[in-house]
Parts: sequence; structure tokens; C-alpha cells
Amino acid sequence: MKIVVCIKQVPDTKGGVKFKPDGTLDRGAMLAIMNPDDKAGLEAALRLKDQYGAEVTVLTMGLPKAEAVLREAFAMGADKGILVTDRVLGGADTWATSSTIAGAIRNLDYDLIITGRQAIDGDTAQVGPQISEHLNLPVISYAEEIKVDEKAMTVEVKRQFEDRYHIVKAKMPCLITALSELNEPRYMTPGGIFDAFEKEVTVWGRADLKDVDDSNLGLKGSPTQIAKASDKVKKGQGEKVVLDSADEAVEYLMGKLVEKHIV
Amino acid sequence: MSLEEYKGVFIFAQQVDNEISSIALELLGKAKNLAEDLDEKKVTAVLLGSGVKGLVDELAQYGADRVIVVDDPALKDYRTEPYTHALASVIDEYKPEILLVGATAIGRDLGPRVSSRVHTGLTADCTSLEIGDFPINPVAGQEQKHKQLLMTRPAFGGNTIATIACPDFRPQMATVRPGVMQKIDPIKGAKAEVVEFNPGFEENNCYTEIVKIVKEATSVADIQAAKILVSGGRGVGSAENFKLLDDLAEALNGTVSCSRAVVDSGWKPKDLQVGQTGKTVRPALYFAIGISGAIQHVAGMEESDIIIAINKDENAPIFDVADYGVVGDLNKILPVLTKKIKEALAAK
Repeated sequence: MKIVVCIKQVPDTKGGVKFKPDGTLDRGAMLAIMNPDDKAGLEAALRLKDQYGAEVTVLTMGLPKAEAVLREAFAMGADKGILVTDRVLGGADTWATSSTIAGAIRNLDYDLIITGRQAIDGDTAQVGPQISEHLNLPVISYAEEIKVDEKAMTVEVKRQFEDRYHIVKAKMPCLITALSELNEPRYMTPGGIFDAFEKEVTVWGRADLKDVDDSNLGLKGSPTQIAKASDKVKKGQGEKVVLDSADEAVEYLMGKLVEKHIV
Repeated sequence: MSLEEYKGVFIFAQQVDNEISSIALELLGKAKNLAEDLDEKKVTAVLLGSGVKGLVDELAQYGADRVIVVDDPALKDYRTEPYTHALASVIDEYKPEILLVGATAIGRDLGPRVSSRVHTGLTADCTSLEIGDFPINPVAGQEQKHKQLLMTRPAFGGNTIATIACPDFRPQMATVRPGVMQKIDPIKGAKAEVVEFNPGFEENNCYTEIVKIVKEATSVADIQAAKILVSGGRGVGSAENFKLLDDLAEALNGTVSCSRAVVDSGWKPKDLQVGQTGKTVRPALYFAIGISGAIQHVAGMEESDIIIAINKDENAPIFDVADYGVVGDLNKILPVLTKKIKEALAAK
């Protein structure tokens, strides 16, 4: 079985974000990490590899420094890594990003594609389903469990909804988007880390993408355009009181609740 | 693509088990405003399902002037491919200028697939939508287009906001976070024009099979519908200690919700989580108790009418968004507060 896992390098927002003095986000000061949902997707692929002996190829699109997440994936056990990078691909929205990644995947043999549900920088959850559409594959989003039937060439996936889950069966090849709840990703192994720096990363540019028109790539291939971007304007701060006793605090709060006609 | 051919504001009327989802009614409320700003007379709901025609009146009462119904056994339970085929076919046939979809577990799968099929842009998880110019300010050498859909959404875990337009493709598509837009008060007896449409469904490689549907016990309250939320964070200390919040919520006829830390600790189920990765809420009153106020949490509750914060840490960021903040020990304050509220209500 051949599995392609799409991963993205994102700034880590967990430990709080850093701002520049002018109030804009300081991306350079934040740690670059493998997107958590993608890591869960990679772990799912590696478990299928442990179970069935699959070949796992990780693919990322980004700046040249995004190679680091491919190396991390090697250290976890991925077999091959592809970096898609080209200046003409910059500024892409989800349409152009998914067109690009689909163009790269068309060069590969695969039975299964796994992406994370969403990246923590954009939070759109759109690229996975959009890739599946470009490649005319079935998609199962929000996967919490993945089972493969190699003989029948089908997958059975626990697909999460708000108040229920579906067990959904699809024919391979297909695309699955993974929730970080899917598993606990493994750590890099010492041997893996050593391999990670020995292994070769395949680098592809625009010319290596298959069956994609220029009009579907980069900023000019993006149907959506940014009208305005800004750091969030904080709501005006209200009152804050430090009171000596709980009784005084309660008295203060009761006053407000009565004033606002809640009590 | 001739952009002028595309007219009207459409919403995807999500139903599950032949019950209209709340988000569909919220979208209708917003669609009405947008249609007015575009001088459009009609709001159209697109209803997909099997045996769903009986749901048309409810959509009419919440603002749909026209309902396009695709009723087919292939659409009984949500599956990506037949739903995509149905919605994309409706777009091809009726050419909406704007199409709004709920940012639900269904809409966030259907929206991207449809936008790819019809080749248009899609803006995810919007929290505000308005009609305006693009570019917002005139730019030399670039045509300024009027009456565009300007779609605002948080990104970066709620740290930034961006306004997005889709000036050269139609429909302009957005998924909208549940709990953000306002439903209208239902108009009793309202009727909508009903259009039945069926593009035909043929199984192909993209069809999936639903082996099993397991509904998860929803003993938990709907925090998006609550007028008063008593929300607890890590500072509450333990699952047992949420009793203090339960009591306060009960006294106020409110509902208990929580932050992500509480869900991660296993104290409360995910359905009660407020925030970027949980639910967006806008109650009349929001108590943030022992919640530090990480930006991801604030993104889900800052639209609440009144925010009261109780926290031991004077520097907790929650105080930046609270209307009324008390620095103090929740364990001491809550029991007394609950008692006083009960007394005050009993005296009425």
C-alpha cells in the first residue's frame, strides 16, 4: 500500500503568540512546528505501515525552510519526502493551494492520501476536501479511526459529526482528513533522527506539477483576495476590582446583576 | 464566467434526521440583511435530503422567500458526493451571487468540495459578512468593484482577523460559524415559493457507504442556545468542584460551559467547550470563572453582552475583555453569590 501524507509547517500558536512593537504578528519569533492535525495524519499512516507494510510519502508545500517538517517526518518513520516550493506558488488561497498539491500528487502512485483536518494558522479545513475534488477521489473528513481492508481495497473510517459519528466505507484510492484526536503521535527515534539527515528530500517546482494551468496557481490563481488584515482589536477593558473579602466581592457582583436586571 | 448572470442570496439549509439545523435559520437571518443591501427581493434556501418537503414552511417562517428542494433517497444521510453533486447542480442551474453554508461538520466538508467543483472561492468560518467595495479603498490602476461580499474571519487561533473578497468568481461562498448570526423572529404562517429540482444521482467511485450511524448521547445542554452561561476553566481545580458552578447556573437558570483546559483534563465533555476549537457563544451574560482568557477562548465568547470574570490572577488576560472583573477566590465567592442570588429571586 502506498500512502501520501500532506503536512504543513505552521507557527506554534500554543505557547502564546508574539507581536512586534508595531502590533503585527512576529512570525519569525514563533517556533515553526508540524501542524498538529497533520502530525496525527502522519501517525495514522505510520500505524498502517506498521500493520501492513505501507510506503509513506510526506509532501509539503511552502518555503524552502519547510524541509524541516519533512526531516521530522523522516525521524518518525516516513519513507520519502517531497517539498513543493516555487516563488510563483506564493500567496495561494485554498483553491490555488489544493490545485498545486493535486498537481504534485498526480506524479505519484498512491492508494490513500491523508491530510490533517485543518492547519492552526489558517483554520480553514478546506484544502483536504479540495484536493480530493481536484483528483476526483472520495473524501472522508474528520476521521477519528481508520481501518483498511487491503484485499477489498477499501477503508472504513469513523467520521465525527457534532452529535454522532458515521462509520463510512470508501473505495481506495481515497482521501481522509485526520483529527488530532485520532491518536497520540510517536516521538522521533534516535535511529530515525540519524536517518532523517541522511535521507534525500525531493524538491519540486512549478515545472514538476502535472496537469495544472498557471491560472490556478499562486496569488493570481486564487479566487479569494484579502481586502483587509489586521490584528484583532481588543474589546475595551471594563472594570476590575480587587476586594478584601468574598462578601465584598459578592456585594459588588450583586450590584451589577441588579443594575443589569438579571436578578 | 459572466458575473452578471449570478443573482440572489442563497443559503444551504442543513437538515439532519429531517430536522432543520439551527445554523440554517441563522443563515437566513443574515441572508435577509445581505439581500436588502443588494436590493435583492428574494432569499433562497437550498434544501437537500430525502422526504424533506415538510420542512419548507419552517424555512419560510425564518425568512426564506423561495426554497429549492432536491429530494432524493441518495440524500438521506449526509454523504459528501451526492450532496456535492446536488448543491453544485443547483448552483449551475440557478446561479446564485452569494451562497452561505454553515461551518458545521457537514458544511466544512461540503463547502470546499462544492467550491472546487464549480471553481469559485470559499472563505471559511466567517464571523461577519457585509456588502461593500473591493478594494475597500480605491487603488490606482485597479477597478474598484461595488456590492461585493466582504467576509470577515478570525485566523491564527483568533489572533488576527482578515476580511476576504471574491471579486472575479461566482458564487461568492462563505461558511459561517454557528452561533454568530441572528435568526429573525419567526413570521407565523409565512409561505415560500417551492421549486423542486433533481439533477439525477448516479453512483461513481466517489460515493461512500454509511455502514453505521451512532448517535452520541446528548445529555449535555446546548450552550449556544443559553442566555446565561457559567463557564469554568482550569482554575476551578477539579471535576467535583464544578458543583459550585452548577449551583450558580441553577440559581440563574443558566447553563454550565467550560474552556478547553477543562475538556483536556476530562472534567467536562467537548460539547460544552467554548472557544476557537469549541463553540462560539453570545449569551446575554457570560461568567468566566477560573478562566485565564487565552485568545482562543476569548474568540468564542467575546461577543457576549455582559462578561463577568472571577479569577485569582490579577494579570489574567480575561480581565481585558470582561465588563466586570473580580480578583478573588472563586471557592469563597461562588457559594455566597449563589446564596444571595437565590435570596434575591425568592424575594421577588
